[in-house]
This record gives sequence, structure tokens and C-alpha cells, in this order.
Amino acid sequence: MVYTTKNKFIQIFLKNILAWIASLIVIIPMLLVILNAFKADGETLNMNLQLPKIWIFSNFSTVIEKGKLIRSFFNSFLYAGVGTLVTVFFGAMAAYVFSRRRSRGMSALYMYVVLGMVIPINYVTLTKTMITLHLTNTKPGIILLYMALQTPFTIFLIYGFVSKIPVELDEAAVIDGCSPIQLYLKIILPMLKSAVITAGVLCFLNCWNEFMMPLYFLHSSEKWPMTLAIYNFFGQYEMKWNLICADVLLTCAPVLLLYLICQKYIVGGQTAGAVKG
Amino acid sequence: MQKSKVYPWYFALGSVLIYTVLSVLPGLLGIGYSFTDWSAYSVDLHFVGFKNFLEVFSGKNDYLRYISNTLWFTVVTTIFKTGLGLLFAVALSRNIKWKNFHRGILYLPSVLPILVTGLVFTSILNPKTGFLNEFFRTIGLDFLAKKWLVDPKIAFGSVMAVDIWRGTGYIMTLLIAGILAIPGIYYEAAAIDGANAWQRFRYITLPMLRQTLAVTIVLNVIYGLKIFDMVYALTNGGPGHRTEVLYTAVYKMMSKGLYAEGTTISSVLFIFMVIIGFFMVKILTKDEVVE
Repeated sequence: MVYTTKNKFIQIFLKNILAWIASLIVIIPMLLVILNAFKADGETLNMNLQLPKIWIFSNFSTVIEKGKLIRSFFNSFLYAGVGTLVTVFFGAMAAYVFSRRRSRGMSALYMYVVLGMVIPINYVTLTKTMITLHLTNTKPGIILLYMALQTPFTIFLIYGFVSKIPVELDEAAVIDGCSPIQLYLKIILPMLKSAVITAGVLCFLNCWNEFMMPLYFLHSSEKWPMTLAIYNFFGQYEMKWNLICADVLLTCAPVLLLYLICQKYIVGGQTAGAVKG
Repeated sequence: MQKSKVYPWYFALGSVLIYTVLSVLPGLLGIGYSFTDWSAYSVDLHFVGFKNFLEVFSGKNDYLRYISNTLWFTVVTTIFKTGLGLLFAVALSRNIKWKNFHRGILYLPSVLPILVTGLVFTSILNPKTGFLNEFFRTIGLDFLAKKWLVDPKIAFGSVMAVDIWRGTGYIMTLLIAGILAIPGIYYEAAAIDGANAWQRFRYITLPMLRQTLAVTIVLNVIYGLKIFDMVYALTNGGPGHRTEVLYTAVYKMMSKGLYAEGTTISSVLFIFMVIIGFFMVKILTKDEVVE
């Protein structure tokens, strides 16, 4: 027995060492960004872990002004917010019908949509499509693109939850005289609440972090979201890492806040697809 | 109860329509345009047969390298993220102090914008002033201070390392959920039979995690083949196209007006992904199909 307790002690010791090393490797770059965001101009030629000599909070206001961050914040908010609303609204309805009907045609259609998680976008012909539809360099264009990108995963996620709602509920509602729309809005949707929130949070996160679509399709800077704004700010102030770090923090802040508040939904949603009970 | 009446088809219309027009249609159109000489410099389109595809696979240009880089990136990052993710998941699933702290921290990079992560690492990996090299010099390991993103030999490795830094925690989180779903009774039985830690891992954890592992590998492969932000921010394909992947190459071709070339290599990826995608989707939707 002595042998096993000793063995166990070594195991736990190694586990802890591993966990701390891994966490440190992740924390240090983040700490670098946080500390350097408060430093003076000359201090950040080398980004290091020393505390700022003087804490300069005005870096943030400088960045907000020079990087036009208020404008891009509201753009990002619009693209991610409205994009999420339309994606989840239409996605949940589609997932519901796919899950309930299960006919050969509908199953094929479901597979066709879910295949969207895998297939890559052809940006060359997408550009042509966007020009034909007069959607390039427009805000609705970006929102519709986000909907196209996020729809497959949203439907995939909600589909799994719909099948857990008993069909008997639908039958009872139909007998009571519910129309299809009433049935969906009054009975099904409330029961899908947590699935819809999960899908919504993940969709918002992905849209907020997205970079390629604005890069291709938004040419005027007043329409840029935060990711594109920070990329251009980086190009202009290449050596001023204190300002870039402040910009990084401001760009990541909404996502971090969402992560802290909705951790349950984010982790839950991402693991729901991977782990089968 | 008539299903087609209670669950009307038009409920699915909005999603399917937008997805088809802005995702599938460009893919299919792209295959069509791959057989033309489409470019920014001429208004007329001519059918050129398989010329563009032959050009890609002849190896004369660097096109083939962009494809092989993308595949190499996918394979390496998938292996490391899965391996490290599994290691951390086993360490952090049970019997460890501060486990929620460690899990939260390790997961954090995967919610941040990929582009921003890339930008921050251009500073950390800077050969002269970067934090990593300063750190190596401080602890006296000067020989480890490399020109991470500049040296053609190691630049691609550095890009992949940053992406592994970013994505391992996400894979770990999926695997932890998988491990916690394994009934504890198996481990109790194994402990009574005197199985050691390795045996418990080899004969209980690993077989029971098969489905979750399959899903994480699929997610990694999908992510890897479409990589853009990370490479664009770190090296933009340089030095000398050494780190060029498919999407960064397509972006450059687009801005040069080489539409036919861009759409051809996009279509190669599209066709490849649709074929393997079918099997991947089968893995992702496995339990639903069985149901």
C-alpha cells in the first residue's frame, strides 16, 4: 500500500506541474498585452513583463480616438448582433422542421445544410455573386454573409435539442387547434430556449471575431468592424505597442465579457456536438 | 397528424436560401469558372478546358506548394492539438486542485479573435525585441533565440506553434467533457482489479473517448484546411511563400486580378472538402443517424 500512495503522490505532483506550466504559457502572452497597454510610448520597444513605470490610462482614449474605435465597435455590434438574430431565428425554425419531418427529402436537405460546416468558401466567385446582388461594401451584405457562414452549425446544434422535445406535445397542440406557427412560437420555441441562447452566443462570438469577410467586402473604413480596424491600426502604428496592446484589449473586451458571463453556454454548446451521451 | 402540414417546408426556406446563394452557389460557380481564362484584364471569357488544373498540378508555379502547405498545416496542428489536448484533458479531468482555473485559462485563447492573437505574436516572436528571445537570453539559452517568423526554415513551424497555442485548450475542453461522461464505475472496477494509471487510460479512457476524439479530429481538419487569419497576421505567406496557404494565396491572386487561378485552387479545395466532408458530417451526426 505504501508503494501505491507514493505512486499516487508522484502522479498528482506531475499533473499539477503540467497544469501550471500549460497555464503559464497561456497566461504570459495575455499578461504582456495587459501590462504593455498601460506603458508610456518609449517603454514598449521591447514588450516585457515589467510593471509600467507610470500607469498611463490615456492610451485607451488615444486609441479610441485615433483608431476610430467607437464607430467600429458599433459596426461590429451591428454585424454580430443582427447576424446572430437572423441566423438563429431562421436556423431554429429550419432545425425544427428538419428534426420533425425526417422524410428522405428533408433528411437529405439537412445533410446538405450541415455539409456547410465543412465546405470552404470560394471567395473569387463569392465576390462576383456579391457584386451581382449589389451587396459588396454594404452592411446588409456582411450580415447576410455571416448568416450563410453560421447557419450550418446553428442548425446542427439546435437539431439535436429539438429531438429531445416529445412529439406528443405537438400532437396535443394540434388537437387543441394550434396553427403551425402558433405551435412553433408558443410550444416549441420556449422549450428550445437554452439551445437558442447557446447557438446565439456562439454565433455572436464567431461573427465578432471574423475577419475575412470584411477584408474582402468592406472597402470604406467607416463600415469596418473592430477586427479590420485593429489590423489597419497595427499597420499605421507598427512600433507603438502600448497603443496596439490597448487596442487589442478593447477589441477583446466584449468577447471576454461574453465568455465570463456565458461560459456555461459556450462550453456547453461546443461540447454538445462532440460528446454523445 | 399530417407532418407536411404541421411542419411546413417554408420554415426552412430562409436558412436554406441564404446558405445556398452565398455559400454553395459560389462553390459550384467556381468549378465552372475554373475552366475559363477569367481575369481582371479582359472582358471576354474563353473556355480553356483543364488548362488551369494542369497548371496547378504541374508544379511549375508554387500553386502545388500552397496546397501541400495547407495540408501539412492541417496534419501537424491536428496531431499536436489532439495529443496535447488529450494530455491536458486527462490531467485536468479529475483529482486536481484549481482545475476550473486551469481549464478556464487554457480555453481562453480560443474565444479571442484569431487575427488579434496573430498580431500579438508578431511582437512576441520578433527576433531582436521579442519577448520569447529576450526570455531565452535572460536564462542563458541564447542558442534557442531564433528568427522565428523570418527564417524560412522555421517560419512555418512557428506559425503552426502559435495556432497550437491557440487551439489546444478548445480541444482539451471537448475531451474533458468526453472523459467526464465515462461512468466512474469503470474506473472503480479497474482500481479493484489493480489497474495502474496507464492501464486505466489505455483500456478505459481511450476506447470510451473514440467518438469524441473522432469529432475533435474532424473539427481540427475543417479548421486547418480553411486557415487564413493566423497566417495572414503572422507572416502573410512569407518569407518567399514558405508559409503560403491556400486562402492567403487566393487573396493575393484576387488582388492581382488572377481570377481563374484563384478560383481553380479554391475549387480543388472545394471538391476535396465535399468528398471528405461527407464522411466528416457522418461522424459529426453519428448518434442522430442511429436514432
